[in-house]
Amino acid sequence: MSTAAILQAIAFVAVIALLTRPLGAYLYRVYEARPPFPATLGRLERLCYRLSGVDPSTEQGWVAYAVSLLLFSALSMLGTYAILRAQAGLPWNPQGFAGVAPDLAFNTAASFTTNTNWQSYSGESTMSYLSQSAGLAWHNFTSAAAGMGVALALARGLTRHGGPDSPRTLGNFWVDLTRSIVYVLLPSSLLIALFFASQGVLQTLAPSLELTTLEGVKQVLALGPVASQEVIKQLGTNGGGFFNANSAHPFENPTPLTNFIQVVMIFVIPAALTWTYGRMARSQRQGWALFGAMLALFLAGYGVITWAEHRPNPALAGLAVDQSAGNMEGKEVRFGVDATALFATATTDASCGAVNGMHDSFNPLGGLVPLVNIQLGEVIFGGVGAGLYGILVFVILTVFIAGLMVGRTPELLGKKIEPREMKLATIYILIFPLLVLPLTAWAAVSPAAGAVANAGPHGLSELLYAFTSGAGNNGSAFAGLDATKPFWTIGLGVDMLLGRFFMLLPALAIAGSMVGKRAVEPGPGTFPTDGWLFGALLVAVILVVGALTWFPALTLGPIVEHYLAGAGKVF
Amino acid sequence: MTSRSAVAASLLDWAVVRPALLDSLKKLSPRQVARNPVMFVVEVGSALVTLVWLRDLIARSPGAAPAWFTAAVAIWLWFTVIFANLAEAVAEGRGKAQAAALRRTRSDTPARRLRNGREEQVPATALRKGDQVVVEAGQVIPGDGDVVEGIASVDESAITGESAPVIRESGGDRSAVTGGTRVLSDRIVVSISTDPGESFLDRMIALVEGAARQKTPNEVALHILLVGLTIIFLIACATLVPIAAFSGIQLGVTSMVALLVCLIPTTIGGLLSAIGIAGMDRLLRKNVLAMSGRAVEAAGDVDVLLLDKTGTITLGNRMATEFIPAPGVRTEDLAEAAQLASLADETPEGRSIVVLVKERHGLRGRELGAGHAFVPFSAQTRMSGCDVDGRSLRKGAVDAVARHVASLGGQMPGDVEAAAARIGDGGGTPLAVSEGARVLGLIHLKDVVKGGIKERFERFRAMGIRTVMITGDNPRTAAAIAREAGVDDYLAEATPEAKLALIRAEQAKGRLVAMTGDGTNDAPALAQADVGVAMNTGTQAAKEAGNMVDLDSNPTKLLEVVEVGKQLLMTRGVLTTFSIANDVAKYFAILPALFVAAYPELAPLDVMHLTSPWSAILSAVIFNALIIVLLIPLALKGVRYRPLGAAAVLRRSLLIYGVGGVVAPFAGIKLIDMALTAMHLY
Repeated sequence: MSTAAILQAIAFVAVIALLTRPLGAYLYRVYEARPPFPATLGRLERLCYRLSGVDPSTEQGWVAYAVSLLLFSALSMLGTYAILRAQAGLPWNPQGFAGVAPDLAFNTAASFTTNTNWQSYSGESTMSYLSQSAGLAWHNFTSAAAGMGVALALARGLTRHGGPDSPRTLGNFWVDLTRSIVYVLLPSSLLIALFFASQGVLQTLAPSLELTTLEGVKQVLALGPVASQEVIKQLGTNGGGFFNANSAHPFENPTPLTNFIQVVMIFVIPAALTWTYGRMARSQRQGWALFGAMLALFLAGYGVITWAEHRPNPALAGLAVDQSAGNMEGKEVRFGVDATALFATATTDASCGAVNGMHDSFNPLGGLVPLVNIQLGEVIFGGVGAGLYGILVFVILTVFIAGLMVGRTPELLGKKIEPREMKLATIYILIFPLLVLPLTAWAAVSPAAGAVANAGPHGLSELLYAFTSGAGNNGSAFAGLDATKPFWTIGLGVDMLLGRFFMLLPALAIAGSMVGKRAVEPGPGTFPTDGWLFGALLVAVILVVGALTWFPALTLGPIVEHYLAGAGKVF
Repeated sequence: MTSRSAVAASLLDWAVVRPALLDSLKKLSPRQVARNPVMFVVEVGSALVTLVWLRDLIARSPGAAPAWFTAAVAIWLWFTVIFANLAEAVAEGRGKAQAAALRRTRSDTPARRLRNGREEQVPATALRKGDQVVVEAGQVIPGDGDVVEGIASVDESAITGESAPVIRESGGDRSAVTGGTRVLSDRIVVSISTDPGESFLDRMIALVEGAARQKTPNEVALHILLVGLTIIFLIACATLVPIAAFSGIQLGVTSMVALLVCLIPTTIGGLLSAIGIAGMDRLLRKNVLAMSGRAVEAAGDVDVLLLDKTGTITLGNRMATEFIPAPGVRTEDLAEAAQLASLADETPEGRSIVVLVKERHGLRGRELGAGHAFVPFSAQTRMSGCDVDGRSLRKGAVDAVARHVASLGGQMPGDVEAAAARIGDGGGTPLAVSEGARVLGLIHLKDVVKGGIKERFERFRAMGIRTVMITGDNPRTAAAIAREAGVDDYLAEATPEAKLALIRAEQAKGRLVAMTGDGTNDAPALAQADVGVAMNTGTQAAKEAGNMVDLDSNPTKLLEVVEVGKQLLMTRGVLTTFSIANDVAKYFAILPALFVAAYPELAPLDVMHLTSPWSAILSAVIFNALIIVLLIPLALKGVRYRPLGAAAVLRRSLLIYGVGGVVAPFAGIKLIDMALTAMHLY
């Protein structure tokens, strides 16, 4: 690994680590204590409740919480579907785009509702400014906020002192949703958008420009309100770019500084939530153990991509091409290998899905990492909220196996892990492969999937990546597919919806069953969940579950491609 | 006793294994296997591969795997199921042998049933709850029950192994008798308390029989995890066929079933029920009858141990520490009389008196000339002594001696009574010594903390278990003994109500409480405790209330019960870890074998350099089956228990069973592959 890559990693980790505590403390204050800025943001919050008729003082049990979340998601998904279908007749459509086709509108609405932001379209040639700002950006805020809500509910379920007489409630979905937007996502988006605009990110409602290039060719230069979307795209781990090229586009990501800040924004809330969790558990070490496990997995992925991408592209072997900069196919020269590796690792670790380079063009092992990152369950910091509730399910699994080995009924934060929680955790773990593998298998043999751009193992990786990205609510792509075919729009739409809601429901149910349990004070016989040993064990469990599930399919994809490339066969 | 210790002598006794082999074949019935989803998948896979083999015999399709390979895989898959069945059958067999030895003692016992005041001879098996039977000296008590009339000494060695006879009398806390024990003296009437098939022994026998056994909560949770893993591997393997077809690779049924069976957690899945049964059996081996598997599991989780002082923390028998002469009596005379009165007393108290006399006063035990007669201790007089050279020496409880001298016209001096009260207040026990009608003085018997108990409590503290001493003593005495014994806390002047309140308070904090008890007034507390071990000598009420019965009536046993419970969970945990860790090597054995024909470039993944794809797959399957057999002893014995903190135990287990679980199959599969190659099976 080059010195530059190491320095970049150090700087990145340092910034994330420094931000984790203050932001985590801020989040704790927003959700669990007295929210700040009562005169300004507080007024806005109360206005929201008055308009929607929500009583912020009542709490919900897990069923009510889940029903609220599902209802909210269904309604807003329907709203977006309607806007996309009707955009031709709505304002803010200077290019005069037609309504979006039904299957694509379904796919896009599902994609943004589930915080996936898989894009089977090119934003600049499909979506009106209204569709982008109201239809899609709306979800960028709310889907992120909903994810944070589930994470908070699960954290409350685990950390609240239960008992026979204590209420079995987990907070109020509407309050969590409103606070996430009002106190966290909206103000930070506003501030950082201004900074982005200062760096050269576009923010305009003007129509596209028609230019004549130096060669005398006519070219359409797409414009739009980019900066306002760009921040929440990263901060909410959404990843849906205004332009098809996403963060590789100079109007979305103009400078190395914006690039670095964009990567930081992917991780900052998921990282802070580990601190918030520690605070709720009344033991910061609990939070740091999760942070440490996530960091270790992140560094491993970053190391492999950087190493792989600094190697020459085997497809160019023997040609008169200078490959000393590494594999530059599909990368912005502005960013180079290191910055692209950092972005690719973070965006797939954290179910963001924004990209500043083409994962498809990575060397086989470089491309393996983004795929594996998603397949590990999007728990390496993970999506805002989704990362925390995901890793907490793995924590339950780890505690169970480790707890047995020390000879006690396993406990997490003093609460016993019993058959019901194991059932729910197992369902959570099962849903993901249960969606991805059969759908991939179907795509591999069904003519409905259409042709894949590349043959052999690389084509297989493209199929596997698409459904992995969908169910993992990541949204990044490995390209190569005719993604506008109904097989893909509908297949991926279902993949994303089930991958989001069928995993979030067991997480909420675990919260519901844990919240009523009485927490026993820890003693020397209790298995500690806050040290390096636990962190290491957690990493091992995540890796083992991931490896056992995906190794066969990966062998036929990137792994065999790697060996074939070594033998001079490329795809 | 002999038959039981013989069973205990060897872990895999042929007498147990032979019927188990037969049982393991009987257990192949799909209805039996279906109770264990993991093994059910293996059985379905075995049947599938067998069918493929038969089809290949009749009409071999081109490109099919060689017939010998399919046959070999089929055979070893069946062995995998049989080995798992064998583990369960051996565990059951050992438990049954244990229980049968206990049961044998009373199967043919005749009973003298009382009907309308008349006696009639019936077999013990015909007795019903509420029947009254007469048992006289030399006869065997035909069933569990309570003494309702009379008093007798009973030899309970048949179930406890303790040779000293015990007193059983109607009323009070010593009324319970157990079927199969022998009355040595006197005549008692026993009211039978259980119907046939419902005694503790019968329940215990049901518990070690796999079919009747209820899964414990923790076992259920683990089962869910194992089923979840099985489903993941089912999907991974099933979807691999079309995914491989995309790359132009045709995967055969035999290879896919082999891959699936190797990946699903067959090791722990096959041994899980054996571990549970063996846990019950280990308790039985320690002469503890558990009423449910749940109780054994709860024992491993216990946070607080309530221990009765007497018999658990201190020697049940107090030791003589001091002679207090009555006014006008020389200490030497008292000591000499005490010695003479105790010469025939073989109880620990009696011996401790002789020893004290020797140490303090240099009087050695003497040979008594002719003309002496020992008066043994009896339940009625509560005194023992010796008539020698015309002297009538007695020692016994202060009130008993007072009554004795009063009957001879003597009187207990006030000073002696006051001293006795002082000894009692201090937590000691006074014994009075008399010669004829004259009281000579008192022997001060004191509690002696058991050797090694302090270290034992320290071990419990390391495991996070708090010990609380329960005693009827006053707080000062209790504090002194608690300090000496090293318990964490004590409850002095304990009443049954206080005990119950203490348990409730601990449970309200979410802790699990274990205790022992024997008296009827212990029953509510025993019922309230999460683990209640009733002493076999205790009352029927106590035994009904608890969820375990200790046949030896040794309260210290509680500590061993906790260890067995922990061992049970740990064994499950380490075998689960081992089972999952094994999969890494199996992937490296089978996946290259499946794909190497289409992609020869994958050869570097074959890190074990196995001879051929066929031998690679077969080696993995054989290893997967053999490891079950190899681990049966561990499942039955349980992992070695070490009283360390949780983190230390975990580090150890991870190193041995996690890292070891990754490494071992690489070596095992390679060895089997070499053996297959030597036999030209590749």
